[in-house]
Amino acid sequence: MHKLLLTSAIAFAATATGAFADTSACLITKTDTNPFFVKMREGAAAKAEELGIELKAYAGKIDGDNEAQVAAIETCIADGASGILITASDTAGIVPSIQKARDAGLLVIALDTPLDPIDAADMTFATDNFLAGELIGQWAAAKLGDAAADARIAMLDLGVSQPTVGVLRDQGFLQGFGIELGDPKKWGDEDDPRIVGHDVTAGNEEGGRKAMENLLITDPEINVVYTINEPAAAGAYEALKAMGRQDDVIVVSVDGGCPGVQNIADGVIGATSQQYPLLMASLGIEAIAAFAADGSKPEPTPGKDFYDTGVALVTGEPVDGVESISIEEGLALCWG
Amino acid sequence: MTETEFKGQDFEKSLTDATANVAEFDDSERSALRRFQQILHSTPSLVPLIVLAASLIVFGLLEERFFRAATLTLIMQQIAVVGILGVAQSLVILTAGIDLSVGAFAVFTSVVMGQFTFRYGIPPAISIVIGLAVGTALGAINGWLVAKVKLPPFIVTLGTWQIVLAANFMYSANETIRSQDIEAEAPILQFWGTSFKIGATTATLAVLLLIAIVIIMAYVLRQTAWGRHTYAVGDDPEAAELAGVQVKRQLIQVYALAGFFTAVAGWVMIGRYGSVSPAASTGQIGNIQAITAVVIGGISLFGGRGSILGMFFGALIVGVFELGLRMLGTNPQLTYLLIGVLIISAVATDQWIRKISG
Repeated sequence: MHKLLLTSAIAFAATATGAFADTSACLITKTDTNPFFVKMREGAAAKAEELGIELKAYAGKIDGDNEAQVAAIETCIADGASGILITASDTAGIVPSIQKARDAGLLVIALDTPLDPIDAADMTFATDNFLAGELIGQWAAAKLGDAAADARIAMLDLGVSQPTVGVLRDQGFLQGFGIELGDPKKWGDEDDPRIVGHDVTAGNEEGGRKAMENLLITDPEINVVYTINEPAAAGAYEALKAMGRQDDVIVVSVDGGCPGVQNIADGVIGATSQQYPLLMASLGIEAIAAFAADGSKPEPTPGKDFYDTGVALVTGEPVDGVESISIEEGLALCWG
Repeated sequence: MTETEFKGQDFEKSLTDATANVAEFDDSERSALRRFQQILHSTPSLVPLIVLAASLIVFGLLEERFFRAATLTLIMQQIAVVGILGVAQSLVILTAGIDLSVGAFAVFTSVVMGQFTFRYGIPPAISIVIGLAVGTALGAINGWLVAKVKLPPFIVTLGTWQIVLAANFMYSANETIRSQDIEAEAPILQFWGTSFKIGATTATLAVLLLIAIVIIMAYVLRQTAWGRHTYAVGDDPEAAELAGVQVKRQLIQVYALAGFFTAVAGWVMIGRYGSVSPAASTGQIGNIQAITAVVIGGISLFGGRGSILGMFFGALIVGVFELGLRMLGTNPQLTYLLIGVLIISAVATDQWIRKISG
């Protein structure tokens, strides 16, 4: 897995050498408070400095702040930037502004979050979120063994507006666990009785604790908990601990941030799918550099409609049939 | 004036047979509705109490699991942070102000308590005292800007909300302190999350703290000179000034006390969520949640009217709706919709009650 990442990174670097004194790039993230985006900005800034590109960073005030991102795109066009890297808050709502930027001759790359439709951007550098979900689903099912047939599953999702990232992880988990999906574009329409319910967390500790409490009061027998990310998992764990259930419930998550991986070592989370925001950002900057040099655009990963920056399952308890890396390896690669 | 002078002038002779009552409401010919309105006017926490009782009964009928002790103690745990922020908010709103900064102060003080312990190695108990002092000082700055610089409370706290939230993210470098590290090295930070048994169910110390704060502040506001001065400043600052209340000093003290309570809420947050997270939603929406509890609790946004007890019931109503509707399996958006309806109904009721004096 790392070798694959490394070689593709080198391949990119090879196409993007030389100085780009007049080239500038924009990075627009959902917020500048989430550690994931902080790392993304650090990765982009480091690569931009290395290549001599001027990088300007913009962010929405809160997750879902479309207006600030539209204003940022307009600023970048007016600024004469060569390209934009964006993690969109409103994946459909941002598309007309993206189109304006592309019409003005900018390369637009979506990082982490695919646009709706995905081809609204020139390319998407992202984690395969469905695969990320599938890995933790398979792991949880294998961990339970025969008991998976009677599992009581709590689904702690991102938000009621069902952002694509959250839907992909949720549906990937259910498929990996062996549950029949309804419409894979939304969660909550499955009729498998093993699912106790879906609740939303806003992806932080506060939301995770409350959502877990709400589902536990509905069914105290919950024994598998899917969480959208590791802060939500940490919140869910507090709720489980308050009810004395922390030792007989499997909690799985997605992200691979350093506190999250540390939480695997401490037994808070059973397994997490790790993603690589630094790589997304540095690859994005290289792509803009290449585009500025000779107009070439990045290619998608064969068989997918985006460039897959890779995902790895991190766990202290590997199971047969699901490839995983150890906690030590996860800590070496973690972000945030 | 001496007694002889008084007798000599004899101006008030005609008063001997006059009624001794200064002024009174005409109590005759009162309809049942009018009497009910009178009762509500004299006991402002009654409306939210009735709504709370009604919503408990309705959810209890719709969902049998709702009326269990576990559900009810869980609601209390879920409103602990918002309830304490609501106390801070109530104090400010009683002075006819508004405090948009309460949530940001709570998150920032929780970060101060955590970072002072883990970054500088200060004993956690001292870090907590520093956190409480920071909250109080920030509140006093709000109060100073409102009272001395004479800026509108909305503007002042809109500004400090943004300033403190940004400072929170910069100071903490967006890093979360993990629950497991706190538990191992500074468990006192999680003190209010300690759970205890009541019968077959468990609650946290935060629940007892909220109830204690509400009772103490209800007493202070009703029975002490300081409390009456707070109402007086909110009702009519000029009249209060003429009556000898030091309005500016009173305002600064009220905002400082509100700041202190936001820091208490920050400490309680660490207990509830385990970790210290600068990205907690309370920083962004804690102010609105607290204002919602205050308004549904029947405290007038025009100042000088309402009670802390009402705010407590208001927070409980929101908690009951949120958990009740989730147990019924409704769309989470329906909760927000109904809370919006409650807010407007609460203020409309308040206007109707106020007509009694008009």
